[in-house]
Amino acid sequence: MNSVEVINIVKTYGEVKAVKNVSFEVAKGELFGLIGPDGAGKTSLFRVLTTLLLADSGTATVEGFDVVKDYREIRNRVGYMPGRFSLYQDLTVEENLSFFATVFGTTIRENYDLIKDIYEQIAPFNSRRAGKLSGGMKQKLALCCALIHKPDVLFLDEPTTGVDVVSRREFWEMLNKLKKQGITIVVSTPYMDEASLCDRIALIQDGTVMSINSPDRIVKNFPKTLFAAKANNIYKLLQDLRRNSEMESCYAFGEYIHFTVKADDADIVRISQIAERENHDGLEVKQVIPGIEDCFIRLTLDSGQKIMDRKK
Amino acid sequence: MKQLLAFIKKEFYHVFRDRRTLLILFGMPIVQIILFGFALSSEVKNIGIAVLDNARDVHTQQIIGKISSGYYFRVKQPALNFQELEQRFRAGEIECAVVFPEKFASDLYKPGGAHIQVIADASDPNTATTVINYLNSIIGNYEQELNPLRKLSYRIVPEIRMLYNEEQNGSLNFIPGVIALIFMIVSTALTSVAVVREKELGTMEILLVSPFRPIMVLIAKAVPYLVLSLVDFIIILLLAVFLLNVEIRGSLVLIFAESILFIITCLSMGLLISNLTGSQQTAMMISMMGMMLPTLILTGFMFPLENMPKVFQILSYIVPSKYYYSIIKSVMLKGLGFSYVWKETLILVIMATGLLTLALRKFNVRL
Repeated sequence: MNSVEVINIVKTYGEVKAVKNVSFEVAKGELFGLIGPDGAGKTSLFRVLTTLLLADSGTATVEGFDVVKDYREIRNRVGYMPGRFSLYQDLTVEENLSFFATVFGTTIRENYDLIKDIYEQIAPFNSRRAGKLSGGMKQKLALCCALIHKPDVLFLDEPTTGVDVVSRREFWEMLNKLKKQGITIVVSTPYMDEASLCDRIALIQDGTVMSINSPDRIVKNFPKTLFAAKANNIYKLLQDLRRNSEMESCYAFGEYIHFTVKADDADIVRISQIAERENHDGLEVKQVIPGIEDCFIRLTLDSGQKIMDRKK
Repeated sequence: MKQLLAFIKKEFYHVFRDRRTLLILFGMPIVQIILFGFALSSEVKNIGIAVLDNARDVHTQQIIGKISSGYYFRVKQPALNFQELEQRFRAGEIECAVVFPEKFASDLYKPGGAHIQVIADASDPNTATTVINYLNSIIGNYEQELNPLRKLSYRIVPEIRMLYNEEQNGSLNFIPGVIALIFMIVSTALTSVAVVREKELGTMEILLVSPFRPIMVLIAKAVPYLVLSLVDFIIILLLAVFLLNVEIRGSLVLIFAESILFIITCLSMGLLISNLTGSQQTAMMISMMGMMLPTLILTGFMFPLENMPKVFQILSYIVPSKYYYSIIKSVMLKGLGFSYVWKETLILVIMATGLLTLALRKFNVRL
């Protein structure tokens, strides 16, 4: 039995379609990532799954319970960490934790082994008010509070947004430890670099799932050879490449420009010639392995192209 | 049960750690009692008065002496002529003036009688009327003293007696009003804001996705504010008795029971508001506009209801504070028992049950 099953979920807010016909399933004990930019519909999906919102159509189950009919059963079994920091700012770390423990019908001691690794890091600030914690500490505390009742499924909505790089890495290490304890984790993030840390990911954009697979597979399925180029005047280079009729896609990516060409037999020598035509200073062209972000951009462009075609 | 207790404890932490809430909770009742008790008195005191005495005889001196002896008037420097009086009126130095004619003493014994001109600043008509009444009674008294033996067969002297508040202690009337107002603020406004704050902060999301029954959220929110309202009530009673010398005549048990009933009505209203709104500002605005203004205006505590247009009089029947105000006035000030206030009590019970059921049914178990 799958831990989470989503079948054709649609959610609209007035005119705005937030989630359009989304389906996926998450196996027991899996670390599943919903990857997509802000406004892609991730939070709406989470709220449907945590029984906070009713979908317009479609069905979803969590641990075999229907999100509409058996919402109370689900609420007993899941841990939920909303996107915004949602603990009591005027209560101390310990007061927050023991409040949530009591409300969930347990004690800190009972499930201490589950939160031990995380809690030890924030324990020195036990008597500090939650509002005065740093971003990373807040997220760790929130994770503790979501874990305190030993949930079967953990829903984390953008847990690492606004958190520094070191804390983000630590946070993901913790998620992997929790996964080993058999907890199913559904996590959303706008950071593509975190996608590779999940077992499987769903790339989501404008309320539509574009691709579901393991991060490796998604990268392997990239259909073209990807090239990166840079020059002293990177803006001019981008303009020139975009104007070139042999280009298939071309976009700025960090300090480089990533691009693919229409021809299937592209090799680095020919590509370099294309780039050199415009006499750029400090030109550098190389072949690169695509990342999740490249896949994401490609899928977005594809769907954009489809929409454009349909409009024509 | 343990969950509920933890929740209530948490709620008290919120209250005691927020200076603004504390100030509203405990500063407001004290300030209001003092304001209404001392500053906003409807009694007229310390009226500036000037005398233009053209007679300067024994009688005028005695009348002036009587005017200045009470605490109502403050006799300013005597005026020399009418122009001066007018100037001083305009400057706002005096609010009324008394003018004695030249032959005041001799006129007294003439058949036409003696005349005194009393001039009052009627830009505030209420004060002017009060001032004239004061002066009339002072002059009337003096007239009687002069002719103690003269009996007029058909003279009617009304003897006025103010019932229930013989010493005309102005504090009495507003105390029940202030109590109702404070309950409105604490039980309705603060409670609704407390629930909505959880929504705004996002903690409601976590609470909903938990084994905790959503309805318990409402109960856990209501209990602390019920306790705090009662504390406020006791503070107001103590201030009234020891600071303003108000005598509590009725049964304290009945007063408390009725107050708890009214607090529950207010709490239900607060919870209902919180279920219908999404932001603290909206909740505050609704409780202020929709609850406090009617309490101030439509209960008869600041403005007499009888003088209002019919529409407002009808509207006042749906304002719970109106009933509470009249119950407390009857019990606390007149010393009446339950048999005199059961109708109002019944109306409050019906209102409380109705509002509470509505609040519970309107509670969203989802976002």
